[in-house]
Amino acid sequence: MTLRQLLRALLPALLLALATAATAAPNPDEILDDPALEARARALSAELRCVVCQNESIDDSGAPLARDMRRLVRERLVAGDSDAEVVDFLVARYGDFVRLRPPVRGSTLLLWASPLILVGLGGIGVWLYLRGRRDDQAAAPAPLSPEEQAALDRLLADRSRS
Amino acid sequence: MIPELAHLALVIAFGVALVQSTLPLAGAARNDAGLIGLASSAAWAQFVLLTFSFGALVHLYMVSDFSILNVYQNSHDSKPMLYKITGTWGNHEGSLLLWVWVLTLFGAALAAFGKSMPATFKARVLAVQGMVTVAFIAFTLFTSNPFERLDPAPLEGTGLNPLLQDPGLAFHPPMLYIGYVGFSITFAFAVAALIEGRVDPSWARWIRPWVLIAWSSLTLGIALGSYWAYYELGWGGWWFWDPVENASFLPWLAGTALLHSIIVVEKRDSLKSWTILLAIFTFGFSLLGTFLVRSGVLTSVHAFAVDPDRGMFILLILAVALVGPLLLFAWRAPQMRASGAFQPISREGALIMNNLLLAAATGVVLLGTLYPLFLELVTGEKISVGPPFFNATFIPLMVPLLLILPIGTLLAWKRGDLRRSLRLMSLAAVAAIALALVAAFTDPRSTIVTALGFALAGWLFGGAVMDLLQRAGIGRSSWARLPARLVSLPGSAYAAAVAHTGVAVTVIGITASSAWQTEVITSMGYGDSQRVAGYNVTLAHVGPVQGPNWIANEGTFEVERDGRHIATLTSDRRHYPVEGTSTTEVGITSNLWRDVYVVIGEQTGDGLYVVRLYHNPLVVWIWLGTLLMAVAAVVSMADRRFRVGAPEPKRAKAAAAPAAPAPQAGS
Repeated sequence: MTLRQLLRALLPALLLALATAATAAPNPDEILDDPALEARARALSAELRCVVCQNESIDDSGAPLARDMRRLVRERLVAGDSDAEVVDFLVARYGDFVRLRPPVRGSTLLLWASPLILVGLGGIGVWLYLRGRRDDQAAAPAPLSPEEQAALDRLLADRSRS
Repeated sequence: MIPELAHLALVIAFGVALVQSTLPLAGAARNDAGLIGLASSAAWAQFVLLTFSFGALVHLYMVSDFSILNVYQNSHDSKPMLYKITGTWGNHEGSLLLWVWVLTLFGAALAAFGKSMPATFKARVLAVQGMVTVAFIAFTLFTSNPFERLDPAPLEGTGLNPLLQDPGLAFHPPMLYIGYVGFSITFAFAVAALIEGRVDPSWARWIRPWVLIAWSSLTLGIALGSYWAYYELGWGGWWFWDPVENASFLPWLAGTALLHSIIVVEKRDSLKSWTILLAIFTFGFSLLGTFLVRSGVLTSVHAFAVDPDRGMFILLILAVALVGPLLLFAWRAPQMRASGAFQPISREGALIMNNLLLAAATGVVLLGTLYPLFLELVTGEKISVGPPFFNATFIPLMVPLLLILPIGTLLAWKRGDLRRSLRLMSLAAVAAIALALVAAFTDPRSTIVTALGFALAGWLFGGAVMDLLQRAGIGRSSWARLPARLVSLPGSAYAAAVAHTGVAVTVIGITASSAWQTEVITSMGYGDSQRVAGYNVTLAHVGPVQGPNWIANEGTFEVERDGRHIATLTSDRRHYPVEGTSTTEVGITSNLWRDVYVVIGEQTGDGLYVVRLYHNPLVVWIWLGTLLMAVAAVVSMADRRFRVGAPEPKRAKAAAAPAAPAPQAGS
């Protein structure tokens, strides 16, 4: 399971953060007065990674760096940046690592296309298989041998008794 | 003395496992009853030895024997007894010993309950299970000996991570392990079937109870972990697509596919090769999960187990466990001819769609989890793959799966009547629309997605009801006989309906709690009140509290609604002096309809406390649904058809007619 807190408990730097900061973000003093801007800030924060944490968004993390990053996001929004501009700003600082939603480009094409590729390949496999099944059906099954027929009768008798 | 004896027992168990994994195979090939019988005795012997060994370690934890390195590193005298015991598996060495103990438990269970199987087949299954045990005991003995002594013995231990000192997390690993390790038995069944070159409906009957028990435990284990995250992490989240979560989710997804494909093997003698592959890969994912957690390769939060040697060892086990059986598979697959022909529109067809979508979802989760690692290795690029990716790719695969599900259950085997099924589903469609309308008008925050989520749940629930009614012969026999026929339906029919209802319940929980959550983040002083979704929460008191091995600052909150007192909640910021770490305990009052959830934060300078309040509607439905699924699996296991055992081999052959069973091949 995710043990984000465990991490805090284990990495000394984060441990310090726990002692001084809140467990979950953001803090009351960070919240913007404009609810629409604040909502955008929350949505953006959920897609940005706290770069010193393990797989935690800055919206979830109590680490000091996450707090700084949250402040940064809100400052940019107040300054009038669009969501994309805020993300670009943070990517310029921290690299693509900061994006929990990986960018779509050559090296991630395989990743993003994986659902289509897998369903497509699987679909072709299923189609080939089903075609084979129907061919089987064209050939009538061999008639039951007397021994098999007896076994079948016995099974059916069993079943009707239950 | 006890640790040395326990260590010795482990070494002997290793020898017994070596015997179990070789001689019975030779016995089965030569039809030597003595060697065949050895398999069961060896399985029992191992179980006894490991019970002693693991029991000894638990004992050493209970008495706090700090001359044992493992106990010293992970325990402390001041811990409550419960956490002394559960601390046994709260670390790498101990959890590995638990893993091996569960392996031998399954081996002994198979020796005890596998009476309906032919002796040669049973011997082969136990031999393969023995090989897995050999690998894991070797892993324990050579890289992770839990009985290592410390001289001189320290007076006091260093304690257990406080986050593990929690009932939820104390029992989460054993449940997960029963699931992971349970899939080793189904793996053994698959490999043994490949050795014999025979997969038929009776094989499916033998394996099915084991799949059910493993799947049920894994379901509970994951649910327990997710509930733990919900109440321990302090902001109401319950699933984070963390690599370690994904590691347990992969075998679950593959196991769910396996659970369904086995039904096709059992009823229709088809999909055999695919089912064998699924059984192999499901256990492969269990091993991969262990590797990811234990090696720390993903630098995930579980990286406290970081040790490259151990990682390499598990990777080696994983490679052998996949390559060996896959070679066997390549050799045997052409012999596994399916006998049952069917049309695409049929129960078989629907179950194939189920498997296609589940397999694709497994693939997407696997790729998403490992992609950052591969990309960094290949190109040096560092990227993150987080929840936004998984939500965007996983959910679109689940929606068609759940849409097809109830229609599929209403289709007949071999050749289904889609029109008739859709006609029956029109009642479910009414339920779907009704629920969507309820969702849309209950809360102004509802979006189209919310309504669709509820509609999907109504569709699933309606489908489950129609499934039972159809099996009871609705429209085909008189209404008066319907109740009697409903009662006489087999347990597995109810199991399917309950499990699918569980899916509906979980879908509602996920939809409602994510769409309608209310969050209030504020600063409160004594006596201050705050409204959250119609509830009035007052901070009554903050004061120090002393626990057995922690001290805390505890906030007491009074929760009221319309002047009526609902609950008194406490939320702590705990400090564990031994371990030198802190945790937060949240206060929750739960009922079927909503959770009110309070978390106290740090004190701000002016005597105020940061407080987070949440109103989470229908959130317990998430875990209620998973509980229904897990219970359904147990009900299915209790079904008479499995309890009385599978048919005798001779009759099985006849039942599988006209399949020409592949010739018995010795190895």
